[in-house]
Amino acid sequence: MRQQSDKLLQQTLQHIGLTFISLLIALVIGLPLGIYIARHKRAAGPVLGFAGVMQTIPSIALLGFMIPLLGIGPLPAIAALFLYALLPIIRNTYTGIEGVDPLVKEAAVAMGMTRMQILLKVELALAFPVIMAGIRTATVINVGVGTLAAYIAAGGLGEFIFGGIALNNTEMILAGAIPAALLAILLDFLLSLVQKMDRRRRLSTLWAMPVLFLLLSSFYVLPFGYSTRLLAGFTPEFMGRSDGDIGLRAVYGLRIKTVVISDAVMYKAAYEKKLDVISGYSTDGRLKTYGLVVLDDDKKIFPPYYAAPVIRTEVLERYKELGPVLNKLAGRINDSVMTELNYRVEHLNQAPEKCARDFLMEQGLYREPAPATSGVIRIGSKIFPEQYILTDMYAMLIRGYTGLQVETKTGLGGTKICFEALKDDRIDMYPEYTGTALLAILQPPADIVSRLGEDRDSVYNYVKKRFDEKYHLTWLDPIGFNNAYALMMRKSQAQQLGIHTISDLTNFLKKDKL
Amino acid sequence: MIKVENITKTFGELTAVDRVSFTVQESENLVLLGRSGCGKTTLLKMINRLIEPSSGEIYIDGNIYNRRPEELRKKIGYVFQNTGLFPHYTIAENIAIVPRLLGWGRQRIQQRTALLMEKLHLPAEYLSYYPQQLSGGQQQRVGLARALAADPPVLLMDEPFGALDPITRASVKKDFKQLDELKNKTIVLVTHDVQEAFELGQRICLMDKGRIIQSGRPEDLLFRPSDNYVRDFFEDQRFQLEASVIGPRDYDTLIRAFDHFKNKGK
Repeated sequence: MRQQSDKLLQQTLQHIGLTFISLLIALVIGLPLGIYIARHKRAAGPVLGFAGVMQTIPSIALLGFMIPLLGIGPLPAIAALFLYALLPIIRNTYTGIEGVDPLVKEAAVAMGMTRMQILLKVELALAFPVIMAGIRTATVINVGVGTLAAYIAAGGLGEFIFGGIALNNTEMILAGAIPAALLAILLDFLLSLVQKMDRRRRLSTLWAMPVLFLLLSSFYVLPFGYSTRLLAGFTPEFMGRSDGDIGLRAVYGLRIKTVVISDAVMYKAAYEKKLDVISGYSTDGRLKTYGLVVLDDDKKIFPPYYAAPVIRTEVLERYKELGPVLNKLAGRINDSVMTELNYRVEHLNQAPEKCARDFLMEQGLYREPAPATSGVIRIGSKIFPEQYILTDMYAMLIRGYTGLQVETKTGLGGTKICFEALKDDRIDMYPEYTGTALLAILQPPADIVSRLGEDRDSVYNYVKKRFDEKYHLTWLDPIGFNNAYALMMRKSQAQQLGIHTISDLTNFLKKDKL
Repeated sequence: MIKVENITKTFGELTAVDRVSFTVQESENLVLLGRSGCGKTTLLKMINRLIEPSSGEIYIDGNIYNRRPEELRKKIGYVFQNTGLFPHYTIAENIAIVPRLLGWGRQRIQQRTALLMEKLHLPAEYLSYYPQQLSGGQQQRVGLARALAADPPVLLMDEPFGALDPITRASVKKDFKQLDELKNKTIVLVTHDVQEAFELGQRICLMDKGRIIQSGRPEDLLFRPSDNYVRDFFEDQRFQLEASVIGPRDYDTLIRAFDHFKNKGK
């Protein structure tokens, strides 16, 4: 609990820092640019157009564009937040100055004010409320978009939010979301006080603002944790799991400087030597793509993650033919086959559908769709290629062997979203992993977890039994492969340092410190 | 003294002011009179370089201010038709703008502001008000106070009473005429109102299409028009104008007026 509250403070401070660094840069660039385009109208169109286009790019995509240019970590996050803050600041500066009565400006000239005096005492003074409104908008946007920084190892409150979504942990989501919302409301309120301030009181406050912004920005670089020669990048989900970061600390005593990052960019970052150790999935195609090697889990903290379809029991009972058809895949795909299939989709850019059909054809399971007669089966999936491939295979099997129609709902965020959808009868089935079901959904006491241990069948049987009792959901037969969590490193670095197991890694870091 | 020499201003194809020359003597009141669009306001604005002339020279006390127009403008009070008061400044701050630019001390500014408020019949409590809290007439008085604040030798006025309703106008104008501050000032006033020109101008330049058609004392324009345009310009209000220029001391004018009426009667 104490550790969590430390983490909350750290993430909140990081979040504030991130928000204000980018806001400060946006102000330093946006204000003069706004003034410039108010003077040179011809430049206004292109400048506002550019900033407007930046604003329309979805935030996840913008972060995605930043990664090839700036890598991972604070830099791309700050750059993306800066681009989002830019438009409201430029536009409101421009509009504010534009809105100053030309007669008042002429009077200022007529009285002998210099250009600079007119800018400061007349134009900016009169545009002030409008400019402040822009700064408020930019601040609120930055607090919101800042949560996404957790995807690219830049920290902030997003770590809790995405960890919570992945782990089916509502408290954890709220631990990130509530402070973020409060932060947005609080900052907006404080800035609104400045906005409404009387002109003369304002002057004394205004010089304090950049100082304050700078101070808040510096929160971001406050030192947290410890530094080590090797840098680890773990997903938000991995950070919060007992069979993840928590287990690594408790069982192995692993102490490594860690950043939180999305699995979408994690592998590539490891390949590009931005990260040294990552938390991956053992069947991920990118292992092959990026020349990574799995460290042996010699103390057995990662439980088995055998994949199998989970389906609503009443659906199975209504359509008797469904169970045997779905079980046609059982035992057909082992680890290396799954890795190969993932590799085809992730690295060779094959469509999951083509990949699924090719595999079914190789196995002699593929059939052209039968004429539809009755009923629709809704299949869900989480957002990663393996799930897409499996979903497509099941869809093809159902269409080929039964008269049922299929509706696929791919891209259901994480475990929590998928599982809730299944429970609430919004989907009928999705492929799940035994380890995830055990640790993220059922969350039994620690002694049960350790009793079940590494054994494939005991975990599967426990999960199957509990799901039936608790949720009236049925686990069909396992597909075969074990997509367990794993720590991975670059093959070359692991060989060079002589690291083959997680214990090797722990020992190396201990010695390295001395 | 203001000396305007062969000034021309063109906006693209349009010639707003066309080779105009005139001189305003120290302490003289000159009125630029003409219909809207005749170029009188453009001409006025060129005197303190709010508008740069296309060609020609303007001398203020023998100097040309090309480089630092700000220095020139601080010595010239300027009154706008629509006041041009700063909406974010109080009345006191508005009046103090030019003295502050000139670096006057706090106390001196306060004294000067209080004096002007009194002379313009504005209650002292207005000092902490903002312009939009005042009526149009009061705002125009503040505008005048602001122009006079640093006691500039030259005053330029662009339709200063044009935006006021007739009753307010009469009252502001009355106070304006009584203002001792204006006695020693060189004033150029722009108006389209013939009566006002006759009331306030020691000399009038009648303008049309960017040129000065005739300049001289009011009675010269009235009784010795240089052409039909000038004659026609005053025709509508001739009777009132003639009555206004005839002072009881001015027998010469009286007799000429009498002759004029006699001739007109024929």
